[in-house]
Amino acid sequence: MTEVSVAVKPGRAVQEPARRGRTRSTKRSRREARAAYLFLAPWFVGLLVITIGPIFASLYLSFTDYSLLEEAKWIGFDNYVKMFTEDPRFVASLKVTTIYVIVSVPLQLAFALALALVLDRGLRGLPLYRSIFYLPSLLGGSVAIAILWRKVFGAEGLVNSVLAVFGIQGQGWVGHPDYALGTLILLHVWTFGAPMIIFLAGLRQIPSSYYEAAAVDGAGLLRQFKSITLPLLTPIIFFNLVLELIKSFQSFTQSFIVSGGKGGPADSTLFYTLYLYLQGFKNYDMGYAAAMAWVLLLIIAGLTGVNFLASKYWVFYGDTK
Amino acid sequence: MLFRPLKGGPVVRHILLIGFGLVMLYPLLWMISSSLKPEELIFREPGLWPSEITFENYSEGWFALKHPFGYYLWNSAVITGLSVVANLVACSLAAYAFARLNFPLKAFWFAIMLGTIMLPHHVTIVPQYIMFSELGMINTIWPLVMPKVLATDAFFIFLMVQFIRTLPRELDEAAEIDGAGYWRIFIRVVMPLCMPALATTAIFTFIWTWNDFLSQLLYLNNPDNFTVPVALRTFLDASSDSSWGPMFAMSIIALGPIFGFFLAGQKYLIRGVATTGLK
Repeated sequence: MTEVSVAVKPGRAVQEPARRGRTRSTKRSRREARAAYLFLAPWFVGLLVITIGPIFASLYLSFTDYSLLEEAKWIGFDNYVKMFTEDPRFVASLKVTTIYVIVSVPLQLAFALALALVLDRGLRGLPLYRSIFYLPSLLGGSVAIAILWRKVFGAEGLVNSVLAVFGIQGQGWVGHPDYALGTLILLHVWTFGAPMIIFLAGLRQIPSSYYEAAAVDGAGLLRQFKSITLPLLTPIIFFNLVLELIKSFQSFTQSFIVSGGKGGPADSTLFYTLYLYLQGFKNYDMGYAAAMAWVLLLIIAGLTGVNFLASKYWVFYGDTK
Repeated sequence: MLFRPLKGGPVVRHILLIGFGLVMLYPLLWMISSSLKPEELIFREPGLWPSEITFENYSEGWFALKHPFGYYLWNSAVITGLSVVANLVACSLAAYAFARLNFPLKAFWFAIMLGTIMLPHHVTIVPQYIMFSELGMINTIWPLVMPKVLATDAFFIFLMVQFIRTLPRELDEAAEIDGAGYWRIFIRVVMPLCMPALATTAIFTFIWTWNDFLSQLLYLNNPDNFTVPVALRTFLDASSDSSWGPMFAMSIIALGPIFGFFLAGQKYLIRGVATTGLK
């Protein structure tokens, strides 16, 4: 204790003259800080009341049995244990969501990259194409589009009536446990426009002199793509991957509407967040829902962490910048 | 350009792109065309041009629920409008502080702000619901608008910080020499130059709030307070699997404003996505 205070005092004494010399700027910086905190006041309140407070509250609730009407009852890790040992629907929702994420995100990014490559470099009408391909990204999360999807892939839907033209008898895709999730994956892939625009912006950053030099050295298109485009684009691919993984793990509206709020048939479209909603706001098992939310947070944090660790091995940040 | 990713030149590329674009947009066009067809033709005709045009689906859908559909459009418009204003004000205030002012722990708070962008909404949703229900705010607009007033859409703070950082600081300094305080610099110098970022924020807030389903589903359960997404969902539950014309008609009306904002603000949308990676 005493040692510490002794160690601190000389430091202060040394600082003192310098401080006095800057009284004017200190005064100014104090005024500036006060202004900053005023500008940030709404954000601080929101951070506390809407974000940080609820995060800890939900951590606490996750260890309780709570139904909004009765007092929360502390039950330790019971919610977490129950999830993985006694709740097949939880396991199903985790499985469904994982499949959805693992299949739809790479597919979506592949489409985004492919279209960005086709659109890049002086194609006429680029703004028009870009807008057309981007539009589904804006609409994709809406209830209206989910309704459309349910009908497009319904028993009496667009897909089947097109198939009928070719004499093929289709089936109710959204009503079949083997195909329902596939329709949701397609819906996600359909919204490739947003990452495509990010890819296009990234492609524009690559100097065309690189390609010219490569061509002089006799590199073909494929070689140029492999040795120039792809490596220089890896930071953007990584960025899109992190973003889309986080986002798609939280998809809700599509599965809710397409399955009529139940996650069927046979829980085949029971997204994690849909099950969380059903537990928390239909069964009013809010402790359980809070525990599910924390598991989701840990999954997303873990996934993002692994992504960042793995990025060392494949993301190329260049050595000149 | 010297190099093209595809052989065969631009013609082949255009044909491929147009074909692909058509396939992508086909479901949307089909929905528009179906909304204009008599019910019994929707499944029988996969083509886009209706052999018989009727507006019956629209009039039937408009009055299918407890209130005429315009009522829900208005509810959505109120919540969306307030959200846009709240986001513009609250996020630009915070962004100015992060971009231009120095204060203790700035880097720390900035990191926290970025962290909240990545935070899954579901982690806070249960306690938020409990809080708003304790406050007696279920079935009011507060749970939907309050978070925006308090700048919890950190996306937009980040977007505007990035934008303000590109503005020359000399302008701020010149204003300061003229005796302007921080507030005046913010209002008179920085904000007018931020118009593109403000436009992006406004358009994205509009589209996201208009589309938002989960929070509106949670907080609005009285049909008198329903917004468009919740009303559509009720409509879906109420209609049988064979009656789709009116549903489609109302879905198209629901998508209309988004489409309008998309047409009007494409430039800002695309720039916003390209610079920050927003959806």
